[in-house]
Amino acid sequence: MPTVSVGRDRLFAALGKSYTKEEFEDLCFCFGIELDDVTTEKAIIRKEKHLDEEGDENDEEVIYKIEVPANRYDLLCLEGIAQALRVFNKQQEIPKYTLSDVSKDSMLQMHVKPETSSIRPYVVCAVLRDISFDEASYNSFIDLQDKLHQNICRRRTLVAIGTHDLDTLQGPFTYEALPPSHINFVPLKQTRDFTADELMEFYKSDLKLKKYLHIIENSPLYPVLYDQNRTVLSLPPIINGAHSAITLKTKNVFIECTATDLTKAKIVLNTMVTIFSEYCKRKYQVEPVEVVYADGRSYVYPDLSAYNMEVSLSYINHTIGVSLEAEEVTSLLNRMQLHAERSASGNNQWNINVLVPPTRSDVLHPCDVMEDVAIAYGYNNIPKRKPASVKPLALNEFSDLMRLEIAMNGFTEVLTWILCSSKEISTMLNRQTDESTAVVGNPRTSDFEVVRTTLMPGILKTIGHNKDHPKPIKIYEVGDVVLLDEKKDVGASCRRRLAALYCGANSGFEVIYLTVLTKNFTCELNNC
Amino acid sequence: MSKSRILDIKRETWVLTGEGKKYAAEGSPEVQLFLAVPAEGSISKDELQKKLDPAVFKIGCSQAGKNKWVEMGKQVSRKVQNVEDKVKDLLLQVQNGHALSKEEISSLKARKLIVPQTWKGYSVRKGPNYAPKRKKAATDLTRENLQKGDWKELEFKEYNFNAKGQPAEGGHLHPLLKVRKQLKDIFLQMGFEEMPTNNFVESSFWNFDALFQPQQHPARDSHDTFFLEEPSTTRELPEDYVERVKRVHESGGYGSRGYGYEWKREEANKNLLRTHTTAVSSRMLKALAEKPFAPKKYFSIDRVFRNEAVDRTHLAEFHQIEGLVCDRGLTLGDLIGVLHDFFSRLGMSKLRFKPAYNPYTEPSMEIFSYHEGFGKWVEVGNSGMFRPEMLLPMGLPEDVHVIAWGLSLERPTMILYGIDNIRDLFGHKVDLGLIKRNPICRLGIS
Repeated sequence: MPTVSVGRDRLFAALGKSYTKEEFEDLCFCFGIELDDVTTEKAIIRKEKHLDEEGDENDEEVIYKIEVPANRYDLLCLEGIAQALRVFNKQQEIPKYTLSDVSKDSMLQMHVKPETSSIRPYVVCAVLRDISFDEASYNSFIDLQDKLHQNICRRRTLVAIGTHDLDTLQGPFTYEALPPSHINFVPLKQTRDFTADELMEFYKSDLKLKKYLHIIENSPLYPVLYDQNRTVLSLPPIINGAHSAITLKTKNVFIECTATDLTKAKIVLNTMVTIFSEYCKRKYQVEPVEVVYADGRSYVYPDLSAYNMEVSLSYINHTIGVSLEAEEVTSLLNRMQLHAERSASGNNQWNINVLVPPTRSDVLHPCDVMEDVAIAYGYNNIPKRKPASVKPLALNEFSDLMRLEIAMNGFTEVLTWILCSSKEISTMLNRQTDESTAVVGNPRTSDFEVVRTTLMPGILKTIGHNKDHPKPIKIYEVGDVVLLDEKKDVGASCRRRLAALYCGANSGFEVIYLTVLTKNFTCELNNC
Repeated sequence: MSKSRILDIKRETWVLTGEGKKYAAEGSPEVQLFLAVPAEGSISKDELQKKLDPAVFKIGCSQAGKNKWVEMGKQVSRKVQNVEDKVKDLLLQVQNGHALSKEEISSLKARKLIVPQTWKGYSVRKGPNYAPKRKKAATDLTRENLQKGDWKELEFKEYNFNAKGQPAEGGHLHPLLKVRKQLKDIFLQMGFEEMPTNNFVESSFWNFDALFQPQQHPARDSHDTFFLEEPSTTRELPEDYVERVKRVHESGGYGSRGYGYEWKREEANKNLLRTHTTAVSSRMLKALAEKPFAPKKYFSIDRVFRNEAVDRTHLAEFHQIEGLVCDRGLTLGDLIGVLHDFFSRLGMSKLRFKPAYNPYTEPSMEIFSYHEGFGKWVEVGNSGMFRPEMLLPMGLPEDVHVIAWGLSLERPTMILYGIDNIRDLFGHKVDLGLIKRNPICRLGIS
């Protein structure tokens, strides 16, 4: 699950209100994200540098680390999370993303050379016009690229993002694949120029970049982007050129994503432009770029078209287990950034027409829509339907567990008669006659005089009949005895008893006490 | 003897000093002096002095003078006829143990003729176990006692119920497996049938692809999954089913738009140690789809393998508990209902559900339970409804839904028994004593 670090106060400002930690956690819980950790900017740096000293925590920026679902690329930065939560809270309408009105002739172009198909076949591009960055949004922009690189781009193997200051470049652009020695430029953070193979060597010791070298290292041709003046924009997926590096002052951003997976490249580009078009002079408007392949095929990017899905109301209701009206469903979906409208289908049924925006690449099937309805409705508001099931009889289950445990300690189970003679439960046990005894009125012999009030006679008689059995003899019985009981309708009830007996050269009291009573059942002895 | 039968006695008495004893025997010095003075006439002081002991003379003079018994001067003569030796009488009384008045005591004490003496003693009585001779208590009744007949006179030492005693010889079941047994019983009582899970080696196809988990997904990385070198690939897969799975990943169908990537057969062929028992569930559901449909409830509790860093709460191998219900017309409400039933049997009846993400379920819910001891909500499991992209290519009817949930066996066991390091419970670094001490598991029995 990816984690996004956002400044708490900046987030709350974007949400238009301040929350207590508990209130915010609750909001996250309902929406489906999680506040994983609260820390400070300086604490993160200290941790990275393995420093121990604590500074003055009070004037440090509080950072919220928020865990977001792995398939929600639109939530990988503060702006994305804030927008989703504002729409969820009905503080904002779903933004409508559009392409700026540029004629095809005046559109910037990216020409793709055929050699690129051997190493990195696809490229998609877009322009963010009249954008204003401040330090926080600039950092957010860089961090989002990082997060996308780590997640959907699969560590730049599938897609690599390059962002450039358009005002330092001149279109049209070309996307080519050349032998490394033919590529020469000043990369980001450097002051001198390198050829591409020199750069490969140079970055072998760079902690951050060395893990991407393998992606193109062994290819005879390296991918590279140029502008009209043969300025290198970038050497994907390794590094951008220093010439076109974006700064806080950049007003026009050119974004290019080269890729081996076109679907993911489009998702990545859409994620970047939709989120950051918030900072453009014409909010939510993106300037398109035409990508022209060598065989003449051309495509205009970004593709911001919404995906149309028709979902029946009954499917939604019958799968969640609620009975919502169409209007309720559309209003719930709008809170999830899915523009929805009802339309009548035949048979007095309703369909919900959903326009899935370019930010919701995770919506593949009506079940995704149905889930969003359930989330907005609140999982914890859905009535539960109890299934048929059976419950165990606690006393019998417990008795069986006890029996097993005692047998495992070397005791042999016996099963003795419930009926016995009256002296067997009195004088023969050196006890007074128990007045709570159930007495049989018509016993055939003395063996059937009473119903046992204790398990003692049975186990003692068993020993009596097994006098020659090798000692020590350890036996036990778990069973019911009967005692008179005023609370019962019939006046008598069964009580479950355990009796264990040790017979040997000594009394063996410790064996009974330790084995049977305390060790296994963690009970305490009361007035034995 | 019990404490209540012993009485402390303290007596304060007066005894005569050496000087006191002398006067008691010989008479007080003032009387001795008086008697040394003639009844009539007088005696010179010097002669008087010669007649008496020097100490007696000195004290006698001053006392007799004080009492006005004699006229002191160069000549000493009696002033009175007779005197009583009160001091001697008092001293004799003290010697005989008689009590005196406060003033009498004071005067004798002042003259250092008596000193106080404390006498401490105890009053004891015969207790019930009084015996003129000391008896040794027996610790046990033995066969010899019975044969000899001395059991009748024996006195037994009282049992010390706090003593640890000899540990019993016996067998013990493993705590984790005791919990497993209880969970199995819970599932059976809820009408669930156990799935056969005795296949640790699985193909990526059944573990991931059949579950609509895309290739190029983080979980399929070697840092989360153990891939096998031997046998490295699966030898066979059901080809027409594989075709349908490939299509739904690449381009969708069944109402889905699919993932839009190039699905690779080589990826699906890779063998691994299963990362979840959901791989078994997918095989069971496929088998179910091949017959005329009948609803089923399945469960399993068995080992899964994750290529993750090992620490106090994480292992590379652990047990997953999985339950699933497959029937027509199941809803999210049914899932919530079955989860309430299941978890209430584990003693968790306060549940809350949070939206989550699994590649193969939609909707997905994380299950939270309120832990009274910690005073907070803790995650106890994960659940959801399997995606149509997973069920429909299998051939299950469209109105059949499958609801499922899973949790680990280790976590509830650790919470139940208060164990905070999982390696104390599971594996070879276990403390055998812990297994032996572990009480019976009453999970599921209210």
